[in-house]
Amino acid sequence: MSARERILKRLRERADGPLEAPESEFAVVTGRGWTPEERLARFEHWIASVHGEVVHVSRADWTVRLAEVLRDKGVRRLALGRAHPVAAEARAALADGEVELVDADRDIESWRREQFELVEAGVASSQGGVAETGSLWLWPTPDEPRLLSLVPPIHIAVLDAEAIEDTLFDVMEGQDWAAGMPTNALLISGPSKTADIEQTLAYGVHGPRELIVLLRHP
Amino acid sequence: MSVQTFTPRAFHEQAREALGNPQIRANFRSAMDGLMAKRRDSFGDWDLETLRELGASIRLRALARLPDLLERLEANCEANGIRVHWAEDGEHACRLIRELCEARGARSVIKGKSMVTEEMHLNAHLEAAGIQALESDLGEYLVQLNEQTPSHIIMPAIHLNTDEIADVMHDKTGIERTRDVDAMTAAARAQLRERFMAADVGISGVNFAVAETGTLCLVENEGNGRMTTTVPPVHIAVTGLEKVVEHLRDVAPLYSLLTRSATGQHATTYLNMISGPRKAQEHDGPEEVHLVLVDNGRSGIYQDDELLDTLRCIRCGACMNHCPVYTRVGGHSYGTTYPGPIGSILSPHLMGLEDTKDLPTASSLCGACGEVCPVKIPIPDLLVRLRREAVGEGRGNVRGAGAKRSRAELVAWKGWQWLATHPGAWRGGTAIAGKLRALTPSRLGPWTEYRTAPKPAKTTLHTLLKQRRHEEKDA
Amino acid sequence: MTPVKLYPAKPDKVYFFGTCLVDLFFPEAGLDGIRLLEREGIEVIFPEDQTCCGQPAYTSGYQDEARAVAEAQLDLFPEPWPIIVPSGSCGGMMRVHYPDLFADTPREAQAREVAGRVFELTEFLVHVCHLRLDDRGPAEKVAMHTSCSARREMGLADTGPALLGRLAGVELVEQARAAECCGFGGTFAVRHPEVSGAMVEDKSRAIEAAGAQHFVTSDCGCLMNIAGRLEHRKSAVRGEHIASYLWRRTS
Repeated sequence: MSARERILKRLRERADGPLEAPESEFAVVTGRGWTPEERLARFEHWIASVHGEVVHVSRADWTVRLAEVLRDKGVRRLALGRAHPVAAEARAALADGEVELVDADRDIESWRREQFELVEAGVASSQGGVAETGSLWLWPTPDEPRLLSLVPPIHIAVLDAEAIEDTLFDVMEGQDWAAGMPTNALLISGPSKTADIEQTLAYGVHGPRELIVLLRHP
Repeated sequence: MSVQTFTPRAFHEQAREALGNPQIRANFRSAMDGLMAKRRDSFGDWDLETLRELGASIRLRALARLPDLLERLEANCEANGIRVHWAEDGEHACRLIRELCEARGARSVIKGKSMVTEEMHLNAHLEAAGIQALESDLGEYLVQLNEQTPSHIIMPAIHLNTDEIADVMHDKTGIERTRDVDAMTAAARAQLRERFMAADVGISGVNFAVAETGTLCLVENEGNGRMTTTVPPVHIAVTGLEKVVEHLRDVAPLYSLLTRSATGQHATTYLNMISGPRKAQEHDGPEEVHLVLVDNGRSGIYQDDELLDTLRCIRCGACMNHCPVYTRVGGHSYGTTYPGPIGSILSPHLMGLEDTKDLPTASSLCGACGEVCPVKIPIPDLLVRLRREAVGEGRGNVRGAGAKRSRAELVAWKGWQWLATHPGAWRGGTAIAGKLRALTPSRLGPWTEYRTAPKPAKTTLHTLLKQRRHEEKDA
Repeated sequence: MTPVKLYPAKPDKVYFFGTCLVDLFFPEAGLDGIRLLEREGIEVIFPEDQTCCGQPAYTSGYQDEARAVAEAQLDLFPEPWPIIVPSGSCGGMMRVHYPDLFADTPREAQAREVAGRVFELTEFLVHVCHLRLDDRGPAEKVAMHTSCSARREMGLADTGPALLGRLAGVELVEQARAAECCGFGGTFAVRHPEVSGAMVEDKSRAIEAAGAQHFVTSDCGCLMNIAGRLEHRKSAVRGEHIASYLWRRTS
């Protein structure tokens, strides 16, 4: 008998007999009923509380603000995708600027050290947000791969205000995540941090030191 | 690498040493005070009781369907391209993991935080096979550099203060001595980034394994977990088999309970949900993902209706943060991978009661652990159950049951039982004790090292009331 | 924690279960508890054959011995009157653990019935007697230590402080980490004396630091522990069972 069979046999032939599964009542994690204003206010409050920076922008001229952010932060090398409208618009707007645009849609093996050591920021789309916890949710794609939001010291996330929902449960259920998960799904709340040295908060321990959310309004 | 060793057999000695160390006392006290306050604040506007009920029901449902869910998890993981392996015990799991490493010719492993790999001493096993395993969670990294084991399941280096960490970073990594936390963090970032790039295999734990979708959920703040599971070409996730949950939606409340209970955060920086290796068109992520399901005593716990509740645990550490004993003796005193209240009800199953018999009694049964447990594990009741097992009066379902059996103690309790079931003798005995109160020794073993000896009253309540009745009759 | 309890109207008669620690070490506390109840016009019956609730053996893992002792108490309360216990620890044992202890035995129904009638003294004074107190004592700063069993097992964090709040001359001061255990824990204090000693040291220091001239508690285990520690290091702060304190100041 394999280990698998032995373990499953022990679990199935439980000494105290079969167990009854209780029902779960999920009402406490849903049904907040917030207005769009309340939702936005909560999102901003909570993401700010974990060191996330929110910049309100309009969909029409968000790339102008992106350029300003890059200038303020002194970013010279920006990694980004190509196909997603966020990446395409950013590329178009920054094409003639001084910021070097680094292609993120490449096999990581071909540019790992460049990504780890030279890229100063990554800009990427976010599918949505969670008001209750001030979180972004991302499903990385070949165009905007997993490490784009992790390796560069600054993560610039582009999020549409109307894509913010109340709770994580609402997102998972509303978007029917269970019907088909991507290889990697991420919930991100703030920049990378640690309190492992005597409870003192320090940012950017492994991932980004800064998270800037360009929150796009219609 | 020689690791500082603690053993549960030496709980008393280790606890005494920790109690006598003002630095350890101060480090834990201030850390636990902070964590308790943060937890309290984080649940401020929540219906905590209802949320805990939900958390408990999710875990109980998963356990009720455990064998089915494990098969479903396996099938869905495999369909997603994640290879699933089953390990009977820690040694078996170590062997499986080593073989996976060797199949890739791996020399260097980078690790995300995983208590189950601590439980099976994976690092030592890999190193014996010539494979270097480096911890990447900052706390784990510091503890490993300091040749220690974690003293807390969430905050591994909580026993060290900034000065001690400054020494470790300077002595072991050669950086200029600094007690600037940002500078030390930046130095560790640089050191570990090299190791992420060079690693052949990344090994992580799992917080929730979702049967419905074949998804592995990792909860973290640092990003080292994402690095570990994304950068190296192979990712091996290791988990105790009880960590499975039925549905993806079950993760939402458990995640909230976990982060708020553990560190008082409304969310951690990352909730990383992995449902497969890199697909053909993708540009990063591991080529192989493996899931090792570890039993190591868990299916034994599963047999018993009462002990089963131990397996609800989501490893938040709130029970230790709120434990007055843990706060004073620190994590290492327990000499087990899992310290504190949860460790005292879990370790006997993993290691046997012969080695761990002093842990279930290392609690005043104050109930703080059970009160804060996000999945409502009745920890005090389980401590009492293990005390029964230890003295041989339980159902004998625990390895090493009866390890604390003592003829003398049993005789003493039998004597007490006789007295307390013979009211006349009880009244006589207690009355005599009062008469002889002058003879009460002023030193009563360890009690009087800290307190004055209690003296029986001159007259018992029984006698006082009898006297009162007589006086009333006379009047 | 036990669910919210529905309290009965004030009865004519109650049983009083004194507990072994009160009987042997603090009989005045028991007597004062009885006096407080009698002053409310309640006749207090003290079953002569009571000994101990069985908790020391129960928490030490000796369940058979605990059950035998508990069983000897079950027949002491034949009438449907409330059972008043001047201790959260013994009260918790009887209310919470008796039903489990006698599960699947012929005594199960009786144990449940008895458990349902158990009230901790301060709980009964607050919720059933709606006790009013006419304070005659001097102005004083007092700290209260609510036992862990009263606080968590019986859900009675507030009843002791509520009673003290009805004493006009008393200023209730709260010590740091008021909800933390004093380190008694029955046999814990003997099995792990160093840890217990560290806990009671912290507790007694916190009570002093709060500026209390006096401390009260509703459990004699905690009283013996904390007062013993204070006395051991010759502190001026003295401890007392809350029943004695209430009686002393209002009689």
